[in-house]
Amino acid sequence: MSENAEHHGSRLYLYVWFWLLALTGVEVFLAYEHLPLKTMLVLLMSLSMVKAALIIAYFMHLRFEKRSLTLTLMPPLVICIILLLLFFFPDSLRLLELRPS
Amino acid sequence: MADVTTGWGGGAAPYAVNSKKLGMWLFVISDALTFSALLVAYSYVRMSNPNWPMPFEMDPAIIGATIMTFCLLSSSVTMVMAVSAAHRGLRATAAKWILATMAGGLAFVVLHTREWLHLIHEGVTPFQNPWGVPLFGATFFTLTGLHMTHVICGVVYLSVIAFGFGRGKFQSIDVEVSGLYWHFVDLVWMFIFPLVYLMSNKMP
Repeated sequence: MSENAEHHGSRLYLYVWFWLLALTGVEVFLAYEHLPLKTMLVLLMSLSMVKAALIIAYFMHLRFEKRSLTLTLMPPLVICIILLLLFFFPDSLRLLELRPS
Repeated sequence: MADVTTGWGGGAAPYAVNSKKLGMWLFVISDALTFSALLVAYSYVRMSNPNWPMPFEMDPAIIGATIMTFCLLSSSVTMVMAVSAAHRGLRATAAKWILATMAGGLAFVVLHTREWLHLIHEGVTPFQNPWGVPLFGATFFTLTGLHMTHVICGVVYLSVIAFGFGRGKFQSIDVEVSGLYWHFVDLVWMFIFPLVYLMSNKMP
């Protein structure tokens, strides 16, 4: 842990915590807006990815580690998740469109 | 041997992290893939099912889940405080912060159990429910059950670390590694909460 990160410590973490709570609040608010299912899914997942990034970068400290660690850990994870989505989501959205209304 | 490593330079420690920390990171990535598979499976049946039940009312389910999110996020902050204290060599302070983290985790488990019992009381089980969409119970209990197992394991893990570190048994790196696990459990909930609860809320 670098001396720099140590010093800004508490205040930085509380700041991140505040943003995580604020984004959670926005998500709960959005859940009660009458939005189409697809729009809702995209909005909620985008906000959740921002929250995940904040947790990984600051709480899990990855931002302050050597860059090579991030480059080893993150690309495989992201690629696997994108592959999962590519396999399943077009199909699931097509089923959504084919619903008898 | 020493000549080889010093001569080579960068090769000796490519990540410049403790091996325990690297091990925990690798575990976290593989566990993240397990949860992504379950979340994608859940989202698939959720999106493509026209009669998906929306049983989560504002009170108690959504408010409860929001409080649970608050508990986990706050316990993550107390965990970073514990790691920070541990690195400064303040063993008793670090142990107290870890105990605060465990309290957040336990509050989560209690609230989640209450939520489960509420649903079971309404007739939702992994195999059937009153709304005639058995996949709802199956995916809900699998997803939240695996996550709750992680939280309970995390509380046990943290208790071992807190008492061990308080008595001078572990190094500060052990506290940091347990913190990585705890933040990961928090991170997974950040996806379960919107996908399971917010996407199936009962509109007033």
